[in-house]
Amino acid sequence: MIRVVLPHHLRTLARVGDEVQLDVNNPTVRSVLDALEAKYPMLQGTIRDHGTLKRRPMVRFFVCGEDLSLESPDTPLPDAIGNGSEPFFVMGAIAGG
Amino acid sequence: MSGVRVLVGTRKGAFILTSDGKREKWDVSGPHFAGWEMYHLKASPADPNRIYASQTSGWFGQIIQRSDDGGKTWFQPGLSPGEPTTTPEGMPKGESNKFAYDVSPETGKPLTTHMWYDGTQHPWEFKRVWHLEPSLTDPNHVYAGVEDAALFESKNGGQTWRELSALRGHPTGAYWAPGAGGMCLHTILLDPKNPQRIYIAISAAGAFRTDDGGKSWKPINRGLHSQYIPDPNAEVGHCVHHIAMHPQRPSVLFMQKHWDIMRSDDAGDSWREVSGNLPTDFGFPIDIHAHEPDTIYVVPIKSDSEHFPLDGKLRVYRSRTGGNEWEELTSGLPQKDCYVNVLRDAMSVDSLDSCGIYFGTTGGQVYASRDGGDTWDAIVRDLPAVLSVEAQTLK
Repeated sequence: MIRVVLPHHLRTLARVGDEVQLDVNNPTVRSVLDALEAKYPMLQGTIRDHGTLKRRPMVRFFVCGEDLSLESPDTPLPDAIGNGSEPFFVMGAIAGG
Repeated sequence: MSGVRVLVGTRKGAFILTSDGKREKWDVSGPHFAGWEMYHLKASPADPNRIYASQTSGWFGQIIQRSDDGGKTWFQPGLSPGEPTTTPEGMPKGESNKFAYDVSPETGKPLTTHMWYDGTQHPWEFKRVWHLEPSLTDPNHVYAGVEDAALFESKNGGQTWRELSALRGHPTGAYWAPGAGGMCLHTILLDPKNPQRIYIAISAAGAFRTDDGGKSWKPINRGLHSQYIPDPNAEVGHCVHHIAMHPQRPSVLFMQKHWDIMRSDDAGDSWREVSGNLPTDFGFPIDIHAHEPDTIYVVPIKSDSEHFPLDGKLRVYRSRTGGNEWEELTSGLPQKDCYVNVLRDAMSVDSLDSCGIYFGTTGGQVYASRDGGDTWDAIVRDLPAVLSVEAQTLK
Protein backbone atom coordinates (compact mmCIF):
# COMPACT_ATOMS: atom_id res chain seq x y z
CA MET A 1 0.00 0.00 0.00
CA ILE A 2 1.47 3.30 -1.15
CA ARG A 3 0.68 6.57 0.63
CA VAL A 4 0.64 9.72 -1.52
CA VAL A 5 0.46 13.25 -0.16
CA LEU A 6 -0.91 15.80 -2.62
CA PRO A 7 -0.67 19.61 -2.55
CA HIS A 8 -3.75 21.44 -1.28
CA HIS A 9 -5.18 22.40 -4.67
CA LEU A 10 -5.01 18.85 -5.97
CA ARG A 11 -6.66 17.51 -2.81
CA THR A 12 -9.64 19.79 -3.37
CA LEU A 13 -9.74 18.87 -7.03
CA ALA A 14 -9.71 15.13 -6.29
CA ARG A 15 -11.91 15.61 -3.20
CA VAL A 16 -9.53 13.69 -0.96
CA GLY A 17 -8.00 14.29 2.46
CA ASP A 18 -4.42 14.55 3.62
CA GLU A 19 -3.30 11.30 2.01
CA VAL A 20 -4.49 8.90 -0.66
CA GLN A 21 -3.66 5.22 -0.65
CA LEU A 22 -2.82 3.18 -3.72
CA ASP A 23 -1.95 -0.43 -4.43
CA VAL A 24 1.25 -0.54 -6.49
CA ASN A 25 3.76 -3.34 -6.65
CA ASN A 26 7.45 -2.50 -7.15
CA PRO A 27 6.68 1.23 -7.19
CA THR A 28 8.41 3.79 -9.38
CA VAL A 29 7.47 7.43 -9.89
CA ARG A 30 5.75 6.44 -13.12
CA SER A 31 3.78 3.54 -11.68
CA VAL A 32 2.67 5.57 -8.65
CA LEU A 33 1.45 8.40 -10.88
CA ASP A 34 -0.22 5.94 -13.26
CA ALA A 35 -2.13 4.43 -10.34
CA LEU A 36 -2.95 7.85 -8.92
CA GLU A 37 -4.40 9.09 -12.23
CA ALA A 38 -6.31 5.85 -12.77
CA LYS A 39 -7.99 6.20 -9.39
CA TYR A 40 -8.45 9.98 -9.67
CA PRO A 41 -8.76 10.82 -13.38
CA MET A 42 -9.44 14.46 -12.60
CA LEU A 43 -5.72 14.71 -11.80
CA GLN A 44 -4.71 13.83 -15.33
CA GLY A 45 -2.71 16.70 -16.79
CA THR A 46 -2.21 18.40 -13.43
CA ILE A 47 1.00 16.63 -12.39
CA ARG A 48 2.23 15.38 -15.76
CA ASP A 49 1.60 16.83 -19.18
CA HIS A 50 -1.21 15.02 -20.98
CA GLY A 51 0.63 14.18 -24.14
CA THR A 52 4.22 13.66 -23.09
CA LEU A 53 3.63 12.51 -19.48
CA LYS A 54 6.54 14.76 -18.50
CA ARG A 55 6.43 16.29 -15.04
CA ARG A 56 4.91 19.78 -15.09
CA PRO A 57 7.68 22.32 -14.51
CA MET A 58 6.42 23.58 -11.15
CA VAL A 59 5.60 20.20 -9.63
CA ARG A 60 8.19 18.20 -7.68
CA PHE A 61 8.39 14.74 -6.14
CA PHE A 62 9.96 14.03 -2.73
CA VAL A 63 10.62 10.65 -1.18
CA CYS A 64 12.27 10.01 2.22
CA GLY A 65 13.58 13.58 2.25
CA GLU A 66 15.07 13.35 -1.23
CA ASP A 67 14.03 15.23 -4.35
CA LEU A 68 13.36 12.70 -7.13
CA SER A 69 11.94 15.26 -9.55
CA LEU A 70 14.87 15.02 -11.94
CA GLU A 71 15.42 11.26 -11.62
CA SER A 72 14.23 8.81 -14.22
CA PRO A 73 10.53 8.08 -13.65
CA ASP A 74 11.40 4.38 -13.81
CA THR A 75 13.85 4.42 -10.89
CA PRO A 76 12.62 1.99 -8.21
CA LEU A 77 11.37 3.76 -5.10
CA PRO A 78 12.75 2.84 -1.64
CA ASP A 79 11.19 0.02 0.36
CA ALA A 80 9.79 2.57 2.82
CA ILE A 81 7.51 3.79 0.05
CA GLY A 82 6.52 0.30 -1.01
CA ASN A 83 5.54 -0.75 2.51
CA GLY A 84 3.78 2.54 3.29
CA SER A 85 6.00 3.61 6.18
CA GLU A 86 6.89 6.80 4.29
CA PRO A 87 4.63 8.77 1.92
CA PHE A 88 5.33 9.85 -1.63
CA PHE A 89 5.07 13.63 -1.71
CA VAL A 90 3.77 15.58 -4.74
CA MET A 91 4.54 19.23 -4.10
CA GLY A 92 4.05 22.54 -5.86
CA ALA A 93 7.29 24.45 -6.24
CA ILE A 94 7.49 27.52 -4.01
CA ALA A 95 7.08 30.52 -6.28
CA GLY A 96 5.05 33.67 -6.26
CA GLY A 97 2.59 34.76 -3.58
CA MET B 1 -39.69 36.78 -12.24
CA SER B 2 -36.71 38.13 -14.10
CA GLY B 3 -33.30 38.39 -12.56
CA VAL B 4 -29.60 38.65 -13.22
CA ARG B 5 -26.72 36.33 -12.50
CA VAL B 6 -23.22 37.79 -12.77
CA LEU B 7 -20.41 35.27 -13.15
CA VAL B 8 -17.12 36.64 -11.86
CA GLY B 9 -13.74 35.02 -12.43
CA THR B 10 -10.89 36.19 -10.19
CA ARG B 11 -7.24 35.40 -9.50
CA LYS B 12 -8.27 33.31 -6.49
CA GLY B 13 -11.62 31.74 -7.26
CA ALA B 14 -15.03 32.32 -8.85
CA PHE B 15 -17.98 34.23 -7.44
CA ILE B 16 -21.60 34.27 -8.51
CA LEU B 17 -23.64 37.40 -7.86
CA THR B 18 -27.42 37.11 -8.19
CA SER B 19 -30.28 39.57 -7.92
CA ASP B 20 -33.89 39.95 -8.91
CA GLY B 21 -34.89 42.26 -11.72
CA LYS B 22 -34.59 45.34 -9.54
CA ARG B 23 -30.86 44.71 -9.16
CA GLU B 24 -30.74 46.48 -5.81
CA LYS B 25 -29.87 43.62 -3.47
CA TRP B 26 -27.28 41.04 -4.43
CA ASP B 27 -26.47 37.61 -3.11
CA VAL B 28 -22.77 36.74 -3.37
CA SER B 29 -21.75 33.08 -3.48
CA GLY B 30 -18.16 31.88 -3.50
CA PRO B 31 -15.34 31.51 -3.65
CA HIS B 32 -15.86 28.53 -5.90
CA PHE B 33 -12.56 26.73 -6.64
CA ALA B 34 -10.86 28.81 -3.97
CA GLY B 35 -7.26 29.61 -4.65
CA TRP B 36 -7.37 28.80 -8.37
CA GLU B 37 -7.23 31.34 -11.17
CA MET B 38 -10.69 31.43 -12.75
CA TYR B 39 -10.10 33.00 -16.14
CA HIS B 40 -13.66 32.89 -17.42
CA LEU B 41 -17.14 31.57 -16.71
CA LYS B 42 -19.98 31.72 -19.18
CA ALA B 43 -23.47 30.26 -19.35
CA SER B 44 -25.15 28.66 -22.34
CA PRO B 45 -27.72 30.89 -24.06
CA ALA B 46 -29.65 27.70 -24.81
CA ASP B 47 -29.71 26.46 -21.19
CA PRO B 48 -29.18 29.20 -18.59
CA ASN B 49 -28.27 26.73 -15.85
CA ARG B 50 -25.43 25.25 -17.89
CA ILE B 51 -22.27 27.15 -16.99
CA TYR B 52 -18.74 26.44 -18.19
CA ALA B 53 -15.72 27.60 -16.22
CA SER B 54 -12.00 27.75 -16.91
CA GLN B 55 -10.00 26.86 -13.80
CA THR B 56 -6.29 27.20 -14.22
CA SER B 57 -2.99 27.21 -12.38
CA GLY B 58 0.60 27.82 -13.33
CA TRP B 59 1.43 24.79 -11.21
CA PHE B 60 -1.24 22.27 -12.10
CA GLY B 61 -2.47 23.32 -15.52
CA GLN B 62 -5.95 23.58 -17.00
CA ILE B 63 -9.21 22.24 -15.60
CA ILE B 64 -12.64 22.66 -17.18
CA GLN B 65 -15.55 22.78 -14.75
CA ARG B 66 -19.24 22.62 -15.55
CA SER B 67 -22.42 23.31 -13.63
CA ASP B 68 -25.85 22.13 -14.74
CA ASP B 69 -27.72 23.86 -11.92
CA GLY B 70 -26.78 27.50 -12.29
CA GLY B 71 -23.56 27.30 -10.30
CA LYS B 72 -24.77 25.51 -7.18
CA THR B 73 -22.73 22.38 -7.89
CA TRP B 74 -19.82 21.78 -10.23
CA PHE B 75 -18.05 18.84 -11.79
CA GLN B 76 -15.47 18.13 -14.44
CA PRO B 77 -17.32 17.08 -17.60
CA GLY B 78 -17.22 13.32 -17.93
CA LEU B 79 -17.06 12.99 -14.16
CA SER B 80 -20.56 13.76 -12.92
CA PRO B 81 -21.07 13.29 -9.19
CA GLY B 82 -21.42 9.64 -8.24
CA GLU B 83 -20.50 8.41 -11.70
CA PRO B 84 -17.62 5.89 -11.89
CA THR B 85 -14.42 7.64 -12.82
CA THR B 86 -13.26 4.87 -15.13
CA THR B 87 -14.80 2.99 -18.01
CA PRO B 88 -15.76 -0.68 -17.54
CA GLU B 89 -12.40 -1.52 -19.09
CA GLY B 90 -10.69 0.49 -16.39
CA MET B 91 -9.65 3.41 -18.59
CA PRO B 92 -9.77 6.85 -16.99
CA LYS B 93 -12.45 9.17 -18.30
CA GLY B 94 -10.97 12.46 -17.16
CA GLU B 95 -10.41 14.00 -20.55
CA SER B 96 -11.98 17.40 -20.08
CA ASN B 97 -8.73 19.09 -19.14
CA LYS B 98 -6.93 17.77 -22.21
CA PHE B 99 -6.22 20.42 -24.83
CA ALA B 100 -3.92 18.86 -27.39
CA TYR B 101 -3.00 20.79 -30.51
CA ASP B 102 -4.15 18.96 -33.62
CA VAL B 103 -1.11 17.81 -35.56
CA SER B 104 -2.74 14.91 -37.38
CA PRO B 105 -1.80 14.67 -41.08
CA GLU B 106 -5.44 14.70 -42.21
CA THR B 107 -6.84 17.65 -40.30
CA GLY B 108 -4.05 19.31 -38.41
CA LYS B 109 -1.09 21.45 -39.21
CA PRO B 110 2.45 20.76 -38.07
CA LEU B 111 3.04 22.24 -34.67
CA THR B 112 5.34 24.93 -36.01
CA THR B 113 6.53 28.07 -34.30
CA HIS B 114 5.40 31.62 -33.69
CA MET B 115 7.25 34.85 -33.03
CA TRP B 116 8.73 35.21 -29.54
CA TYR B 117 9.24 38.49 -27.68
CA ASP B 118 12.81 38.77 -28.94
CA GLY B 119 11.88 38.15 -32.57
CA THR B 120 13.06 34.54 -32.63
CA GLN B 121 10.72 31.65 -33.36
CA HIS B 122 9.20 29.75 -30.44
CA PRO B 123 7.17 26.52 -30.34
CA TRP B 124 3.46 26.57 -29.57
CA GLU B 125 2.83 25.52 -25.93
CA PHE B 126 -0.60 25.14 -24.35
CA LYS B 127 -0.93 27.21 -21.17
CA ARG B 128 -4.57 27.93 -20.32
CA VAL B 129 -8.10 28.65 -21.52
CA TRP B 130 -8.80 32.37 -21.58
CA HIS B 131 -12.36 32.39 -22.88
CA LEU B 132 -15.25 29.94 -23.15
CA GLU B 133 -18.03 30.69 -25.63
CA PRO B 134 -21.06 28.38 -25.51
CA SER B 135 -23.00 27.82 -28.71
CA LEU B 136 -26.10 29.95 -29.18
CA THR B 137 -28.28 26.87 -29.73
CA ASP B 138 -26.71 23.71 -28.26
CA PRO B 139 -25.75 23.59 -24.55
CA ASN B 140 -23.27 20.78 -25.24
CA HIS B 141 -21.38 22.74 -27.88
CA VAL B 142 -18.79 25.19 -26.57
CA TYR B 143 -15.70 26.92 -27.93
CA ALA B 144 -12.51 27.63 -26.00
CA GLY B 145 -9.94 30.28 -26.81
CA VAL B 146 -6.56 29.29 -25.44
CA GLU B 147 -2.99 30.46 -24.89
CA ASP B 148 -0.81 29.81 -26.94
CA ALA B 149 -3.37 31.04 -29.42
CA ALA B 150 -5.70 28.42 -30.79
CA LEU B 151 -9.41 27.70 -30.94
CA PHE B 152 -10.88 24.47 -29.57
CA GLU B 153 -14.43 23.17 -29.49
CA SER B 154 -16.31 20.53 -27.56
CA LYS B 155 -19.56 19.02 -28.74
CA ASN B 156 -20.12 16.81 -25.70
CA GLY B 157 -20.49 19.33 -22.93
CA GLY B 158 -16.80 19.95 -22.38
CA GLN B 159 -15.78 16.32 -21.95
CA THR B 160 -13.42 16.20 -24.93
CA TRP B 161 -11.91 19.00 -26.98
CA ARG B 162 -10.85 19.25 -30.60
CA GLU B 163 -8.74 22.00 -32.10
CA LEU B 164 -10.07 23.94 -35.10
CA SER B 165 -6.55 23.82 -36.41
CA ALA B 166 -6.97 25.77 -39.64
CA LEU B 167 -6.71 28.94 -37.56
CA ARG B 168 -3.34 28.16 -35.98
CA GLY B 169 -2.21 26.77 -39.30
CA HIS B 170 -2.89 30.07 -41.10
CA PRO B 171 0.17 31.06 -43.16
CA THR B 172 0.68 34.12 -40.98
CA GLY B 173 1.08 31.98 -37.83
CA ALA B 174 4.83 32.38 -37.76
CA TYR B 175 4.32 36.15 -37.34
CA TRP B 176 1.92 35.97 -34.39
CA ALA B 177 3.53 37.14 -31.18
CA PRO B 178 2.56 37.24 -27.51
CA GLY B 179 1.34 40.46 -25.94
CA ALA B 180 2.29 41.29 -22.37
CA GLY B 181 -0.33 38.84 -21.12
CA GLY B 182 0.80 36.00 -23.34
CA MET B 183 -0.27 34.91 -26.83
CA CYS B 184 -3.92 34.40 -26.06
CA LEU B 185 -7.05 33.89 -28.07
CA HIS B 186 -9.35 35.99 -25.89
CA THR B 187 -12.38 36.90 -27.99
CA ILE B 188 -14.86 34.55 -29.66
CA LEU B 189 -17.97 36.03 -31.30
CA LEU B 190 -20.62 33.77 -32.82
CA ASP B 191 -22.76 35.38 -35.52
CA PRO B 192 -26.41 34.75 -34.59
CA LYS B 193 -27.53 35.24 -38.19
CA ASN B 194 -24.90 33.03 -39.79
CA PRO B 195 -23.90 29.85 -37.90
CA GLN B 196 -20.88 29.40 -40.17
CA ARG B 197 -19.39 32.77 -39.24
CA ILE B 198 -17.13 33.16 -36.17
CA TYR B 199 -14.90 36.07 -35.27
CA ILE B 200 -11.90 35.61 -32.99
CA ALA B 201 -9.14 37.90 -31.77
CA ILE B 202 -5.61 37.15 -30.64
CA SER B 203 -3.16 39.28 -28.77
CA ALA B 204 -0.91 40.05 -30.57
CA ALA B 205 -1.90 38.79 -33.98
CA GLY B 206 -5.19 40.56 -34.62
CA ALA B 207 -8.71 39.60 -35.61
CA PHE B 208 -9.70 36.68 -37.83
CA ARG B 209 -12.98 35.51 -39.34
CA THR B 210 -14.25 32.23 -40.65
CA ASP B 211 -17.27 31.97 -42.92
CA ASP B 212 -17.22 28.17 -43.14
CA GLY B 213 -17.45 27.07 -39.53
CA GLY B 214 -13.72 27.08 -38.91
CA LYS B 215 -12.40 25.27 -41.98
CA SER B 216 -10.63 28.40 -43.18
CA TRP B 217 -9.83 31.78 -41.68
CA LYS B 218 -8.91 35.21 -42.98
CA PRO B 219 -7.18 38.01 -41.09
CA ILE B 220 -9.51 41.03 -40.80
CA ASN B 221 -7.17 43.80 -39.77
CA ARG B 222 -7.29 46.26 -42.67
CA GLY B 223 -7.37 49.77 -41.29
CA LEU B 224 -5.66 48.94 -38.04
CA HIS B 225 -2.58 51.07 -37.47
CA SER B 226 -0.15 50.12 -34.70
CA GLN B 227 2.95 52.25 -34.30
CA TYR B 228 4.57 49.77 -31.94
CA ILE B 229 5.09 47.07 -34.62
CA PRO B 230 7.65 47.12 -37.44
CA ASP B 231 5.03 47.61 -40.19
CA PRO B 232 2.26 49.69 -38.61
CA ASN B 233 -0.24 48.54 -41.25
CA ALA B 234 0.74 44.86 -41.33
CA GLU B 235 -1.81 42.13 -42.07
CA VAL B 236 -1.15 40.58 -38.63
CA GLY B 237 0.71 41.52 -35.47
CA HIS B 238 -1.78 44.01 -34.02
CA CYS B 239 -2.54 43.80 -30.33
CA VAL B 240 -6.33 43.62 -30.37
CA HIS B 241 -7.58 43.73 -26.79
CA HIS B 242 -11.27 42.98 -27.26
CA ILE B 243 -14.08 43.07 -29.81
CA ALA B 244 -17.81 43.55 -29.23
CA MET B 245 -20.74 42.71 -31.49
CA HIS B 246 -24.45 43.47 -31.08
CA PRO B 247 -26.56 40.39 -31.86
CA GLN B 248 -29.07 42.39 -33.89
CA ARG B 249 -26.33 43.79 -36.11
CA PRO B 250 -23.58 41.19 -36.27
CA SER B 251 -21.67 42.69 -39.18
CA VAL B 252 -20.88 45.81 -37.16
CA LEU B 253 -17.94 45.32 -34.81
CA PHE B 254 -16.35 47.56 -32.21
CA MET B 255 -12.76 46.98 -31.13
CA GLN B 256 -10.61 48.15 -28.27
CA LYS B 257 -7.12 47.84 -29.69
CA HIS B 258 -3.96 48.29 -27.59
CA TRP B 259 -4.37 51.96 -28.49
CA ASP B 260 -7.41 53.11 -30.53
CA ILE B 261 -11.13 52.36 -30.54
CA MET B 262 -12.04 50.95 -33.97
CA ARG B 263 -15.28 50.28 -35.80
CA SER B 264 -16.06 48.02 -38.75
CA ASP B 265 -19.33 48.12 -40.70
CA ASP B 266 -18.42 45.27 -43.03
CA ALA B 267 -17.80 42.28 -40.77
CA GLY B 268 -14.21 43.26 -40.16
CA ASP B 269 -13.14 43.66 -43.79
CA SER B 270 -12.17 47.24 -43.00
CA TRP B 271 -11.83 49.31 -39.84
CA ARG B 272 -11.88 53.01 -39.02
CA GLU B 273 -10.88 54.74 -35.84
CA VAL B 274 -13.68 56.16 -33.66
CA SER B 275 -11.65 57.22 -30.61
CA GLY B 276 -12.90 60.79 -31.10
CA ASN B 277 -12.74 62.92 -27.96
CA LEU B 278 -11.59 60.23 -25.54
CA PRO B 279 -8.88 61.55 -23.18
CA THR B 280 -6.86 58.38 -23.87
CA ASP B 281 -7.80 55.54 -26.15
CA PHE B 282 -5.75 52.82 -24.47
CA GLY B 283 -7.82 50.22 -22.61
CA PHE B 284 -9.00 46.66 -22.50
CA PRO B 285 -12.79 46.10 -22.38
CA ILE B 286 -15.46 47.28 -24.80
CA ASP B 287 -19.15 46.43 -24.79
CA ILE B 288 -22.47 47.42 -26.36
CA HIS B 289 -25.84 48.38 -24.84
CA ALA B 290 -28.29 45.48 -25.06
CA HIS B 291 -31.00 47.51 -26.83
CA GLU B 292 -29.06 50.30 -28.57
CA PRO B 293 -26.52 48.90 -31.06
CA ASP B 294 -24.82 52.28 -31.40
CA THR B 295 -24.31 52.81 -27.67
CA ILE B 296 -20.89 51.52 -26.67
CA TYR B 297 -18.83 51.55 -23.49
CA VAL B 298 -15.09 51.62 -22.83
CA VAL B 299 -12.90 52.18 -19.77
CA PRO B 300 -9.86 54.13 -20.94
CA ILE B 301 -6.67 53.88 -18.92
CA LYS B 302 -3.60 56.04 -19.04
CA SER B 303 -1.20 54.16 -21.29
CA ASP B 304 0.41 50.88 -22.25
CA SER B 305 2.94 51.28 -19.47
CA GLU B 306 0.58 52.73 -16.84
CA HIS B 307 -2.43 50.44 -16.62
CA PHE B 308 -4.68 52.60 -14.43
CA PRO B 309 -7.25 55.35 -14.93
CA LEU B 310 -6.10 58.81 -15.92
CA ASP B 311 -5.66 61.13 -12.92
CA GLY B 312 -6.80 58.42 -10.49
CA LYS B 313 -10.43 58.85 -11.63
CA LEU B 314 -12.34 55.72 -12.65
CA ARG B 315 -14.45 56.76 -15.63
CA VAL B 316 -16.51 54.73 -18.04
CA TYR B 317 -17.00 56.43 -21.40
CA ARG B 318 -20.18 56.00 -23.40
CA SER B 319 -20.79 56.84 -27.03
CA ARG B 320 -24.38 56.93 -28.23
CA THR B 321 -23.33 57.62 -31.79
CA GLY B 322 -21.37 54.47 -32.54
CA GLY B 323 -18.10 56.14 -31.64
CA ASN B 324 -16.29 59.47 -32.05
CA GLU B 325 -18.48 61.36 -29.58
CA TRP B 326 -17.93 60.16 -26.01
CA GLU B 327 -19.31 61.24 -22.64
CA GLU B 328 -17.74 60.41 -19.31
CA LEU B 329 -19.77 58.48 -16.74
CA THR B 330 -18.60 59.04 -13.17
CA SER B 331 -21.60 58.97 -10.83
CA GLY B 332 -20.88 56.40 -8.14
CA LEU B 333 -17.35 55.65 -9.35
CA PRO B 334 -14.27 56.72 -7.35
CA GLN B 335 -12.97 60.06 -8.60
CA LYS B 336 -9.71 60.24 -6.73
CA ASP B 337 -6.83 57.93 -5.83
CA CYS B 338 -8.15 55.07 -7.97
CA TYR B 339 -5.45 53.02 -9.69
CA VAL B 340 -7.19 49.80 -10.65
CA ASN B 341 -7.48 48.31 -14.12
CA VAL B 342 -10.41 46.69 -15.91
CA LEU B 343 -9.33 43.65 -17.93
CA ARG B 344 -10.59 42.74 -21.39
CA ASP B 345 -13.22 40.17 -20.42
CA ALA B 346 -14.33 42.00 -17.28
CA MET B 347 -17.26 43.99 -18.71
CA SER B 348 -20.70 42.72 -19.61
CA VAL B 349 -24.31 43.83 -20.05
CA ASP B 350 -27.68 42.35 -19.13
CA SER B 351 -30.74 42.62 -21.35
CA LEU B 352 -33.39 43.79 -18.90
CA ASP B 353 -35.55 46.70 -20.11
CA SER B 354 -33.23 49.19 -18.53
CA CYS B 355 -29.90 47.79 -19.63
CA GLY B 356 -27.50 46.86 -16.84
CA ILE B 357 -23.75 47.33 -17.29
CA TYR B 358 -21.22 45.48 -15.13
CA PHE B 359 -17.48 45.59 -14.82
CA GLY B 360 -14.89 44.21 -12.42
CA THR B 361 -11.55 45.69 -11.45
CA THR B 362 -8.13 44.40 -10.53
CA GLY B 363 -8.85 45.89 -7.09
CA GLY B 364 -11.69 43.42 -6.55
CA GLN B 365 -14.70 45.67 -7.04
CA VAL B 366 -17.61 44.72 -9.27
CA TYR B 367 -19.53 47.82 -10.32
CA ALA B 368 -23.06 47.76 -11.72
CA SER B 369 -25.24 50.33 -13.40
CA ARG B 370 -28.98 49.77 -13.66
CA ASP B 371 -29.55 52.71 -15.98
CA GLY B 372 -27.30 52.24 -18.95
CA GLY B 373 -24.28 53.77 -17.24
CA ASP B 374 -25.73 57.00 -15.79
CA THR B 375 -25.12 55.86 -12.20
CA TRP B 376 -23.02 53.11 -10.65
CA ASP B 377 -22.84 51.12 -7.42
CA ALA B 378 -20.36 48.49 -6.24
CA ILE B 379 -22.05 45.11 -5.82
CA VAL B 380 -18.94 43.88 -4.00
CA ARG B 381 -15.73 45.71 -3.18
CA ASP B 382 -13.13 43.33 -1.88
CA LEU B 383 -12.85 40.30 -4.12
CA PRO B 384 -9.51 39.09 -5.46
CA ALA B 385 -8.42 40.76 -8.70
CA VAL B 386 -11.24 40.33 -11.22
CA LEU B 387 -10.33 38.61 -14.48
CA SER B 388 -13.75 38.27 -16.10
CA VAL B 389 -17.38 39.30 -15.70
CA GLU B 390 -20.32 37.79 -17.55
CA ALA B 391 -23.87 39.00 -16.90
CA GLN B 392 -26.68 36.58 -17.51
CA THR B 393 -30.30 37.71 -17.78
CA LEU B 394 -32.69 35.22 -16.21
CA LYS B 395 -36.24 35.28 -17.52
